[in-house]
Amino acid sequence: MTENTSKNIKFTCRDVRVSYSGKEAVKGIDIEIADRSVTAFIGPSGCGKSSFLRVFNRMNDTIPGCAVTGDIRMDGEDIYAPGLDPVLLRARVGMVFQKPNPFPKSIYDNVAYGPRIHGLAESKADLDEIVHNSLKRAGLWDEVKDRLKDSGTGLSGGQQQRLVIARAIAVSPEVILMDEPASALDPIATAKLEVLIEELKEKFCIVIVTHSMAQAARISQKTAFFHMGDLVEYDETDQIFTNPAELRTQDYIMGRTG
Amino acid sequence: MPPRSLLTGRTFMEFSIPAYCALIAAMGVLAYMSAKRRAMHVAAGTVTNEISRSFHSRPNFHGVFAAGLVTLLAFGVMIGGVIAGLPGWLVIALIVVLAGLAFAYTRTTIRANFKARNVVEFAIKSGLVICSTIAVLTTIGIVLSLLFESLRFFKDVPVLDFLTGLQWSPQTALREDQAGQSGAFGAVPVFAGTFLVMLVAISIAAPTGLMIAMYLSEYASKRTRSIVKPAIEILAGVPTVVYGYFALLTVGPTIRSFAESLGASVPTQSAIAAGSVMGVMIIPFISSLSDDVINAVPQSLRDGSYALGATRSETMIKVVFGGALPGIIGALLLAVSRAIGETMIVVMAAGRAANLTANPFEAVTTVTVQIVALLTGDTEFDTAKTLSAFALGLVLFVITLILNVIALIIVRRYRERYD
Repeated sequence: MTENTSKNIKFTCRDVRVSYSGKEAVKGIDIEIADRSVTAFIGPSGCGKSSFLRVFNRMNDTIPGCAVTGDIRMDGEDIYAPGLDPVLLRARVGMVFQKPNPFPKSIYDNVAYGPRIHGLAESKADLDEIVHNSLKRAGLWDEVKDRLKDSGTGLSGGQQQRLVIARAIAVSPEVILMDEPASALDPIATAKLEVLIEELKEKFCIVIVTHSMAQAARISQKTAFFHMGDLVEYDETDQIFTNPAELRTQDYIMGRTG
Repeated sequence: MPPRSLLTGRTFMEFSIPAYCALIAAMGVLAYMSAKRRAMHVAAGTVTNEISRSFHSRPNFHGVFAAGLVTLLAFGVMIGGVIAGLPGWLVIALIVVLAGLAFAYTRTTIRANFKARNVVEFAIKSGLVICSTIAVLTTIGIVLSLLFESLRFFKDVPVLDFLTGLQWSPQTALREDQAGQSGAFGAVPVFAGTFLVMLVAISIAAPTGLMIAMYLSEYASKRTRSIVKPAIEILAGVPTVVYGYFALLTVGPTIRSFAESLGASVPTQSAIAAGSVMGVMIIPFISSLSDDVINAVPQSLRDGSYALGATRSETMIKVVFGGALPGIIGALLLAVSRAIGETMIVVMAAGRAANLTANPFEAVTTVTVQIVALLTGDTEFDTAKTLSAFALGLVLFVITLILNVIALIIVRRYRERYD
C-alpha cells in the first residue's frame, strides 16, 4: 500500500449522475477521494469533469435545470441529504474558478468577505489576522501588504487567482475545488500557483480539474481520466501517466484523442 | 392651356415632382449598370502584375460614382427648375441633357488610374458627417436661442435677483410696470417646487425600481421575467397627459379626502399628488436600467460568492449590488433629469401658485409649469414676463445637462471595468 491510499478518504461517491435539462453529462461515477492530497481530473472538453467537480460543493444547485443523483458522502455524511443546507456545505468546501473572479472590492475586503458573512471573527484584530494568514498562505502577502485597500480587480491575473485562493482559505474550508485554475495564467504565474497547491495539500483536500496533463503529472497524487461522462480510469498519477490500464487513457495522454 | 394627364385630369406640373424623381432614379440605375459594365470591360484589358499600373477601383465603385454624379446633378436641376417655376417639359429636358453630360463625363473617368473608390468613400463619409452635424447644430441652435432670449430678460432683471429672489409673480410685474418688478422674478420658489416634486417622485421610484430590478435579475424565473419586465416597461409608454389626469382626477382627490378624514386639509393639486404619479412614471426607467446593469455583473462574481457559502441575498447585497452601484447611480440620475423636465403631470396636478414650501401637501409650481403658463395664449415676446420663460428654460437645461453628463460619466466608468 502506497503513502497516498493510506490516507483518510474525504469523499465517497456511488453512481453519481449529473444531467442538464434531462441530458446526462456525468453517467454514473464511483470514486473515492483522499484527504490531504491533490486529486486531478483530466479529460477532453465536455467530458463531464467540471460538472462532476461542482457536485462536491453543490454549485450545480445554482444552475437551472441541473439534476444530481447518486450517493455523495463527505466524511461519511450524505451532502445531498434533504435537510442539509448547501450554504453550510460551501463554507467547508471552497472553490476556485477558471477565470479569476475577485469581487470589485479592496484586497482586504475580498479576503474578509467569507469570514464576515460566517461571523468567524470576533473583532477587527481577529479579522486582520485571518486576512493576514490567508494572504500569507496563498503566497500573496508580500506582494500586497502595502496596498490592502487597493481594488482586488487591479491585480495581475496570477495575483488575482492567488487572491481568490486566499479568499477561499479565509473561511477555513476542508476541501478546495479548483476548476482549471491556471488556464488563464501565464507560465510564471502557473508555476507559482503549482507551488502553492503543493503547499496547500498539507492541510486541505484538493481536487483540481485541468486541461494540462503535464500539470496533473506535476502536482497530483491521484488522477482520474474522464471521457464522455464516464470515469475511464482512476489511479496513482504515476501509474496513469506511465502505464495506463485503459487504451482510451493511453490515447488521450499520447495526444491521439481529445 | 397646359397639357393634362389623361388618367387624372391634372396638369403635368401637379404630379411632376414624383415623376421627376422616378426619372432621376431610373437614370441613376442605368448609369450604374452601364458604368459598371464599361469598367469591367476596361479592367479586363489592363495589366495586373504591377500595383501602380493595375486597375485601381472595383467596377462597382465606378458604377456608384457615375450613378451618384448623375442623380445629384439631376436632383439639383429638378429643385432649381421647380423653384424657378419652369414648365415640366423644360425641366425634364434640362435633367436629361445635364445628366447626359454628367454621364458622358463619367465615361472618360473609367480608366485604370481613376480613384473612383476614394471618391465614393469620401462621399459616403461626408454624408454621415453631415447627418451628425445636423443633430449637433440643432442642439447648438436651441441653446443659442435660449441664451439670447435669456440675455434680453437679464437686461431687465439682474441675474442675481432672478437666481436668489424669493418672490415669483410675473403677472403682477406685468400690471404694475415699475414697482416690485425685480422682486417678482425671483426663481427660487419655482425651482424649490421643481425640486420638491422631484424628491417625492424619486423617493417613490428609487426604492420600488431598485427592488423590482433586484427581483427581476436575481430571483424571478425566466418565465416570470419575460412577462413582468415588458409589463413594467408599458408604464414608460403611457402618454404623460394620461398620468396627468390620473394625478388630477384620482390621486389628488384621494389624498384630499384621506387627509380630510384625518381632519387636515390638503388641496387637490399638491406636490405629493404630482410627485407620486411622476414617481410611478419613472419606475420603469430605474428598474429597466438597473436590471441591465445588474445583469452585466458577471456570473463568475455570483459563483465566487456562492462558493464561499454566501446566501442569495448576501450575494445580492454585498457583491452584485456593489458591482452594479455606479450603473445604478447613473440610472437614478437619468430618472431625476427626466423628472425635472417632466411637464404634463405637474401642469395638471401640482398647481400654479409659487409657494416656497418644503411641505409636499401644499400646492407648488415647477419650472415647466411656469414656462407653459408664461408662453401659452397671446404673448408678445418683448416683455419681461414672457422672456422670463427662456431664463427658466435655460437654467433647467443647464441642470439636466449637468445631471446627464454626470450620469453618462458614471455609467461609462462602470462599463470600462468589466469589458
